[in-house]
Amino acid sequence: MEKYRANVLMCAGTGCVASGTLKVKDALQAELEKQGLADEIKIVLTGCNGFCAEGPVMLVYPEGIFYQRLTVEEVPKLVEEHFLKGRPYEKLMFKEPEKKHPIPTMSEIPFFKHQVLRVLRNKGLIDPESIEEYIARDGYLAAAKALNEMTPEEIIKVIKDSGLRGRGGAGFPTGLKWEFAAKQKSDVKYMLCNGDEGDPGAFMDRSVMEADPHSVIEGMIIGARAIGANKGVIYVRAEYPLAVERLRKAIDACYEYGLLGENILGSDFSFDLELYLGAGAFVCGEETALMRSIEGQRGMPRPRPPFPAHKGLWDKPSVLNNVETLAQVAPIILHGAEWYRSVGTEKSPGTKVFALTGDIKNVGLVEVPMGIPLRTIIYEIGGGMKNKKKKFKAVQIGGPSGGCIPESLIDIPVTYEDVVKTGAIMGSGGMVVMDEDTCMVSTAKFFLEFTADESCGKCTPCRVGTRVMLDILTDITEGRGKEGDIETLEDLSKDIIAASLCGLGQTAPNPVLTTIRYFREEYESHIRDHWCKTGICSKLCSFHITEDLCKGCQACLRACPQQAIVGEKKKPHRIIQELCIQCRTCYTTCKFGAIKVGPAIKKEEPELATSEKGDGQ
Amino acid sequence: MPKLTIEDLKKIKEKHQATFKLREGGYRAKVTVHMGTCGIAAGAREIMNVLLDEIAKANATDIIATTSGCAGLCAREPMITVELIGNPPIKYGDLNEEKMREIFKEHIMGGKPIEKYAIVMGSETTY
Repeated sequence: MEKYRANVLMCAGTGCVASGTLKVKDALQAELEKQGLADEIKIVLTGCNGFCAEGPVMLVYPEGIFYQRLTVEEVPKLVEEHFLKGRPYEKLMFKEPEKKHPIPTMSEIPFFKHQVLRVLRNKGLIDPESIEEYIARDGYLAAAKALNEMTPEEIIKVIKDSGLRGRGGAGFPTGLKWEFAAKQKSDVKYMLCNGDEGDPGAFMDRSVMEADPHSVIEGMIIGARAIGANKGVIYVRAEYPLAVERLRKAIDACYEYGLLGENILGSDFSFDLELYLGAGAFVCGEETALMRSIEGQRGMPRPRPPFPAHKGLWDKPSVLNNVETLAQVAPIILHGAEWYRSVGTEKSPGTKVFALTGDIKNVGLVEVPMGIPLRTIIYEIGGGMKNKKKKFKAVQIGGPSGGCIPESLIDIPVTYEDVVKTGAIMGSGGMVVMDEDTCMVSTAKFFLEFTADESCGKCTPCRVGTRVMLDILTDITEGRGKEGDIETLEDLSKDIIAASLCGLGQTAPNPVLTTIRYFREEYESHIRDHWCKTGICSKLCSFHITEDLCKGCQACLRACPQQAIVGEKKKPHRIIQELCIQCRTCYTTCKFGAIKVGPAIKKEEPELATSEKGDGQ
Repeated sequence: MPKLTIEDLKKIKEKHQATFKLREGGYRAKVTVHMGTCGIAAGAREIMNVLLDEIAKANATDIIATTSGCAGLCAREPMITVELIGNPPIKYGDLNEEKMREIFKEHIMGGKPIEKYAIVMGSETTY
């Protein structure tokens, strides 16, 4: 490791950046080089310390001297005084030490500390309905640069060099996609945006479109210029009314300001953009199906090749990029490929937005550098389990196309490659965190119910295969599982993956395969012992009170809808199995962990119960 | 409106940056109500109405009340960000009408942040 005489920590919080941190940093770097000090002094950009009002600020170590209100003009003097002569430059020194503020700063809270905001650069900061506020945050400067100072080839080169990969899930290099389309000769080409976010538990794209619609439009203008498209469509689900409204206002504002239409920003480039509302079919997130849907046909995929870059919308060369991908474009054009690569890994550069949901404390939207350990996302940013007493069990990444990553793999770095190795996929970025009370067979069944339902029916492996798998899973969760079911599921999965027409079928078995891979014993215990150890599958469990742990508080007794629990105050209670319907209420009510889940008990069903209640849940 | 040129872009940028920094423009405070779908579902519209009501009652003309998208911490919505001139922004979460009125009185008008409702101080890192 190189040794530095001094470290300069410059605040790069939004506040300081708005006041000019980056300009001061460049000036400081240049001045240090000029004075021959660049090898001795290292400049590091850091998170916010809460001194925004005095920004830009910086802290110089080892002395620990704090400078405020830095300007480019003051830099030479500062370098001369502090770094050459070795005495503090009093003019810019922090006058009186700030009183210790009881409110924590961004860098003290893990949720904020680990995030690097690029896609979400305007998150919670600008009014999404004001184009002026977007412009004030360097908005459309990248478009101006791309249209007036760069050739399409140069734009594509920067994007290729940056290593930006499609954030929709598959991770195909964006620059390459643009290059394929750019090389096609055609009078009409299309630049398309995929805002058809359909995974259960994912809300990244919605948040970006709602919070910063112009960042998507700017990405599209730049992409359109690169591939030579003059028409564009944003395909967004009708179920996202707020996103639709804000996108519509943003497009209107762009036309009013001449950022869409003819001769944008004084260049010879013209681009028209419209919105298309999708009806919410999951398969329409697949690129060829999405294009059919825009054409007014039924949203069904078709075999590739020909790829959309050759024959896409209306059989014209087209590029379809995900919302998050497009929102990354403008900063790359503005700051360059090197800047983009400064975070993330070699093969997965940059940042990724994740939607954290499930049994996690900080449900929310986060943006992290690629390569960050999964553990950091879940335990630090996410704050761990919502219920502190419960242990983490698995995280479902990538929605219905992804898989469940177990506790044992929680230290993997989050990159496209490492996630694929676990059997999951990065997907668009939904992260559903599950605690120990989650039944993995039921989880797999939930996702398969979704894909079986959303299968468009065009190809047999997906249409029939997912249905057959779902039937087997239903049998397993209801006590009709048999030896060999697990192997059948695995075989079927392989066939469906190999033979399906589009990504929906090719990835649909992933949740099943990963849960079998990591939680095989749970499947086995469902099938052999008729025992769902989490007590989720009501036909495969029974509930028992451990006498030693029961305090006799009567909480479960009062909560039981069946009046199946008996016992006196301060004495251990008991569950009458004949009355119990395994609704799990007592289990979640008990504060002392006295209720345990046992295997299913064969019981004489009271005649009344069967005729009135049908088959329960 | 005539077509924008790059020069116009820069002018708009400079003009509106003032409201971000609050150093110029004659405003003393800026209150951002986070109104993504998550915020609205948790009651952000009501928070906005309460804020506007308090501003009207106080007859204050030096406060910017504005909206923005999701602040990222959906679990703590409704959220607002309060920025007073010369002070770092402070984010509040889990708000309701009462807390909003209290924050208006104590922090926005009185200049004293309410620690028990505050989540974090400062601005986010975007480099």
